[in-house]
Parts: sequence; structure tokens; C-alpha cells
Amino acid sequence: MRIELEKRPERSKLFSILSPFIALGLTLIVGAVLFLALGKNPAEAMFYFFIDPLLVGWSLHELAIKATPLILIAVGLSVCFRSNNWNIGAEGQFVMGAIAGSIIPVMFHGWESPLVLPLMMISGAIGGALYATIPALLKARFNTNEILTSLMLVYVAQLFLDWLVRGPWRNPEGFNFPETRNFNASAILPEILDGGRAHWGLIFAIVAALATWFMMRSTLKGFEISVLGQSARAGRFAGFSATKMVFFAFLFSGAMAGLAGIAEVSGAIGQLRPVISPGYGFTAIIVAFLGRLNPLGIVAAGLVLALTYLGGEAAQISIGVSDKVARLFQGALLFFVLACDTLIHYRIRLRSTAKVANVAAAPVQSPAPVEAR
Amino acid sequence: MGFYEAVLISVMTAATPLVLAAIGELVVERSGVLNLGVEGMMIMGAVCAFAGAQISGSPFIGVLCGMIAGGAFSLLFGFLTLTLVANQVATGLALTILGLGLSGMIGESFIGLPGVRLPVLDIPFLSDIPVIGRIVFGQDLLFYASIGLVIGVAWFLFRTRAGLRLRAIGDNHGSAHALGVSVIRVRYLAVLFGGVCSGLAGAHLSLVYTPQWVENMSAGRGWIALALVVFASWRPLRLLAGAYLFGAVSIGGLHAQALGVGIPSQFVSMLPYLATIVVLVLISMDRRLTLINRPASLGQPFVPER
Repeated sequence: MRIELEKRPERSKLFSILSPFIALGLTLIVGAVLFLALGKNPAEAMFYFFIDPLLVGWSLHELAIKATPLILIAVGLSVCFRSNNWNIGAEGQFVMGAIAGSIIPVMFHGWESPLVLPLMMISGAIGGALYATIPALLKARFNTNEILTSLMLVYVAQLFLDWLVRGPWRNPEGFNFPETRNFNASAILPEILDGGRAHWGLIFAIVAALATWFMMRSTLKGFEISVLGQSARAGRFAGFSATKMVFFAFLFSGAMAGLAGIAEVSGAIGQLRPVISPGYGFTAIIVAFLGRLNPLGIVAAGLVLALTYLGGEAAQISIGVSDKVARLFQGALLFFVLACDTLIHYRIRLRSTAKVANVAAAPVQSPAPVEAR
Repeated sequence: MGFYEAVLISVMTAATPLVLAAIGELVVERSGVLNLGVEGMMIMGAVCAFAGAQISGSPFIGVLCGMIAGGAFSLLFGFLTLTLVANQVATGLALTILGLGLSGMIGESFIGLPGVRLPVLDIPFLSDIPVIGRIVFGQDLLFYASIGLVIGVAWFLFRTRAGLRLRAIGDNHGSAHALGVSVIRVRYLAVLFGGVCSGLAGAHLSLVYTPQWVENMSAGRGWIALALVVFASWRPLRLLAGAYLFGAVSIGGLHAQALGVGIPSQFVSMLPYLATIVVLVLISMDRRLTLINRPASLGQPFVPER
């Protein structure tokens, strides 16, 4: 048996809608098998993992909190990936955005004003964008591989944050804990609904998704991004500059990641700590692909991936499986998404090896009549 | 043992996992495939090597487990990118995310256990040579394997027909296919080789470098190995030099700190990552060097026409 691919004359509309759902289904099957292997009742485990978190009010708020950074970052990444630029360092831009946005509440912690929050958000976005300029500049100027440089900068950003909260930014009244001061009330992103924890970051995320969707669909910039992403050569004929696009893609995705970072710190945490993200910047890559690089799809995909974080915590408490299962689900999901995307461009045929052997043997028969003659 | 001897030995120990992972990836990239999942295969190798050594009590069984884990993981990558022609960049990332998650789960019960260290194999007579003897001939099995692999790969790629075929596939898979070379099969073998090497690198981390299991213990070494392949401009012997340079940078920082130079530890830990960026920039500035050696069909999908 061997698998052969046959190119479809055009991309399948059916599968471009179905493939994320097939991938989700396959991930659930793998999850059930995994729980069975761990000696848990798969139905019960799946309930606690994927349904229970959706049944209580407070956990819906947690879902929104977790989905916020994922959607914001992934929307930025979708533009980047579509233009064929590979920014893998969103996690680092998230951290740098959080640091830049925290300059005001940490260094001027007494300042209370309605100006504080907007300034924080703007400086967060600028911080993320500036940090993303480094790989962009290196790629545009020296043709350096942006995947590796942006990824290396993640480690640098995390170490820098660690130094800040243990060193110069440590709370002087904090009993030596590695934390900054708690932000004052005017530096905290307000909650959307009274009594729930979900904060305004979610509104930012949805607005960003809608605006990006509009940009990609109905503006010249969106067209430029797709053309340059599919063929840099074709883009050059149209007068688009691939170099400028490198900067645009990185600045855009960096600003989104930076905004996500400061929104998370200001809305959900309330201070800087040595670790402020459970890998949102990397999980957002999965969100971007699961949402088929479409900003509206990304909103849905962000909620799904946020659910895996919650489900991991819930399953750990209720049935005692490790919350690492969540990471496993996320990785498996990306695998299946990529595998299912093959169905959009190709038909898959299974061919028995015996048939292949016959075909190979066929030409050997033809000389035989010559000898007989 | 003198101070400098100790420093040199620690440099080589730090460089060995980089050499192992990078030489595997070099073969993969020479065949035209870009596997960004080195970090994931490495961490799987590390956890499975540790688990194997713990359960069997023998570090050698552990090394074997690490190789099998890395190899199995690479075949997953191969199936997606070679059979299903999925995007290689995204699949490599998926492999890393999956590897970090799975290794965390497998390793949970091993956290804090004292590890089994791979014994030092002194080569008789040679290890008695003053200074150099202990450094070069008084190491563990994986160090010798790393040197052997670099020499073996250099010989294979540039002195054998099979190596020529592999490079031809990497430079132009269409022509290689037309000449009757089985592109997919050779690439599968190359990817598998890369996976086994990454598994060995992981085994070195959890059985030699720090004989214990710590989550995320590969700490970006898989990515540094990828950068090393570019740094070496896809040439095995340059790769060896590059890896030792990296080992020296990271160990040099630690020793500078121990000597009381007032740098915060976080900045010292940044050094290998910053060095990677600097080195990548320096290499990519010389376009001719990269263009000549870079496999021309690196990262391109291939579907055989019939």
C-alpha cells in the first residue's frame, strides 16, 4: 500500500472549510485514546476537558482572558505568514510589549490619570513593534533567516524580564519576591462586565480581527500582502516592494503581540512577574493555522485553543491527569490541521504496491515478440 | 586537573549536543528538506533516554531509547512533509510544540530523580598523553560518536555516489527524479538520520551534560543547532568548528561570572542566543558563501509527476 497525491485542478472549497473540523475531530480521537492509555474513562475525561469549563460563568470569563492574547497575536501573525514572512518570536514581542507598557505604572506608580491606560497600551504596542524590527531589519538588510533570529530573541526577552523583576524593578515593599509593584487602579484595564474578570483586551482583539479582516479583503494593502506572499516576483511586477513588506509584516505582528502583552499584564495579572505567559506566542501560531490565516476564523480558533488551557487545568483538578496534556493536544491539533490542509490541494489515493510492480514489469514483456520472430 | 583543562573539557561537553543535532540536520538540509523540529526531537530524545536509563539501569539502553524516540518523531515529520507535502516550516514548529508537551508529560514522574551518567571511556594509552589526552581521549561514548559522525558525514557527502545523489536531490529534486533517483525515499532516510542524531543530542543532555530530567532542558539548543548549519554553510567540518566556538562562548560567560565580573546572570545566559544572532548576520552578509552552498531546493515541496 502506498499513498499517492493527485493535484486537484483547483483548490477544493469544501475541504478548505471542512479541514479545521476534521483536524479537531482527529485530535479529539487521539485525546480519547490517550486518556484510555492513562487509565481514565475517556468520556468522563473529555467532558471535564472540553465541556465542563463552558458550563460555569467564571470559567467563561477565564476563557475570554486566555483567548484575548491568543487572538491578538494570531491576527498579527496571520498577516505576517500570508506575506511569507516567518515571525516565530511573537512570545518575545509579547514580553517586550508588556515591559514597555509597564514603564509608566512601575516607574511613575503614583501617577493616576485617565491618560495612563491609553499611554500604556500605545507604548506596549510600540515596544512589541520595535522588538520585531530587529529580525525585520536583519532580514531586509543582510538577508538573515528571520525564523532563527526572531526565535533567539524570545529567550533574550524572557531573560531580560527576569532580570528586571529581580533587579531594578523589584517591588521595594515586596519582601524580596521577584515581582514589580502592583499597578494602581488607573493602570488596570477595566472589566467588560461588573463581577467578571474578562477585561477590555477581548474587545481590542475582536476589533483588531475585524479591522484586519477588512484590510485583507478590501484594501490595496491586503492585496499587496497576498500577492507578495504568493509570489515575490509577481509582486515586483506590480510595483510592490518585498523589502517594505518585511517591515510592515513584522511591525504589524510585533505591535499586536506587544499590545497582547500589556493587555495581559494590565488586565489579568496587575504587575510584572518573571513569567507572564504560558507560551501564548507559540500557541498563537497554532491559532493562526487553525483559523486558516483568516482573522475571523482566528477568533473561533483562539477560543478553541483557550479552551485547551482551561481544560488542562480542569482535568488536572477533577481527574488527576497532568495539565501537560493541554500542550500535547495543542501540538497534535497543529499536526492534524497541516495534514488536513493537504486535502484542499490534492486528492489522496491509496494504491497497492502490487499494481505498481505490474506497471514496472510491463515494458519487459515487449521485447519478447522480437525474439520470437 | 588544571583550570584550563577543566574549562576545555566543559566547552567540549557543551558543544557535543550541538554537534550531534547539527550534523543530523545538515544531512537533512543537504537533501533539500528543512526540519525545524530539531528542538522537539532533541527534547524527546532527552526524556526517553533518561527514562530508558532509569528503568533499565543502563545508560547505554538509555542512549538507544533516545535514538529511537528522535527517529520516530522525525518520521512523523517525514510523513507530513514528504508524503502529504505539508508546509515544512509549520510542520517543524508543530514537531517542536508537540515534543515539548509530550516530553513534559513523560518526564513528570522523573523530575528530581538522580540520573544515571554515561561512563567515561578512556582510550588506552592515548588518554595518558599530557593535557590533550584527557580532553580528547578521556570522554564519553557520545563525544566520540559526534566526532565520528562529522567525519563520516563529510566522507559520505563528498566522497560517495550515494552522497552525490543526496546532494543532487537537495539541489534540484526535479532533475534528480527525472534521472530515476527516488527523491522521497532518500529524503525519508535523511530525515530519519537527522531524527536519530537529534535523539542522540538529547541523550547527551540528560545522560552526560546534566544527568537528570528537567522540563525544557534543551533550552533552545535545537534552534542553535539549526543556526549552526547555516553558520557552517552546510559543510560538516566548519560545523565542528562552529559548535566549539558556541560552546566556548557559553562556558566563557559562566567562568567570567564565576571570576567575579559584575554581570547579572541573566545577561550571561543571553550570550549564546545573542552570539547566534551575530554569527547568523555575519554569515548572511557574505551572500556568495551562502548562495553557493545552500541546497537550491531547500524547503520546496516535491510531488512526483507521473
